[in-house]
Amino acid sequence: MNHHRHAAQPYVRPMQGWWRRDPFFVRYMGREATALAVLAYAVILAVGLVRLSQGEAAWNGWIDALRSPWSILLHLVLLASMVIHAHSWFEIMPKTMPMLYLRGERIGAPAIRRTGWIASVIVTLIVLALAAWWPR
Amino acid sequence: MKRSNAPIFWLLFGAGGMLSALLGTALVFITGLAAPLGWRAGDGVVSYKHMLAFSQHWIGKGFLFVVVALFAWHAVHRIFHSLHDVGIPTGTGAKLLCYGTALALTLIAAGSLLAIGF
Repeated sequence: MNHHRHAAQPYVRPMQGWWRRDPFFVRYMGREATALAVLAYAVILAVGLVRLSQGEAAWNGWIDALRSPWSILLHLVLLASMVIHAHSWFEIMPKTMPMLYLRGERIGAPAIRRTGWIASVIVTLIVLALAAWWPR
Repeated sequence: MKRSNAPIFWLLFGAGGMLSALLGTALVFITGLAAPLGWRAGDGVVSYKHMLAFSQHWIGKGFLFVVVALFAWHAVHRIFHSLHDVGIPTGTGAKLLCYGTALALTLIAAGSLLAIGF
């Protein structure tokens, strides 16, 4: 940083690390960062589909790769990111969706958030139950 | 007046965001943790034969395609709009790279699922 600039030089507020200045911005960036996890998971699944199309040996190699400690660690991070994404997605939903009315009354933000969270818990339980009882 | 293509990207972003909010946690848990760590390992549910059959059924095929494609379009749209926040200029190059990644993943998923057959 040059502190000996001409006095007439306009002051430009440095933007470096702006989001670390306020917990609100940190939460915002944390929320946006979950997109990296969603992209990483899409890539992992796409690789799995490619390997599945290449035959049994390729598929088993992909499964072996998923068993590595680094993969487990990565998926723990992805799991936490997905929970944060699901939570924030429905937290913000009252602001992103059109206004909803029920019998002439506007549906409030807490009701929309609660509905979203309950829906995601129910869908999660259904998918886990399907996986647990999927016929072999 | 030239029509904007923004609603298409926004729609894909919204659909992918909703799908990943509803399914993401369970899917990551199943495919990334439970299955690799041996959940139902004994009965061969993640065996090649079984997963091939799942991906050959039209429901399984459709599900896998929609999950990969919409997760990708959701993520790149969000990443593209966050670039400015971290000081990266958002020109045509950045846009092509972001949405191109999603398009590539969509085509890879579609190609693999078609190669797997019905």
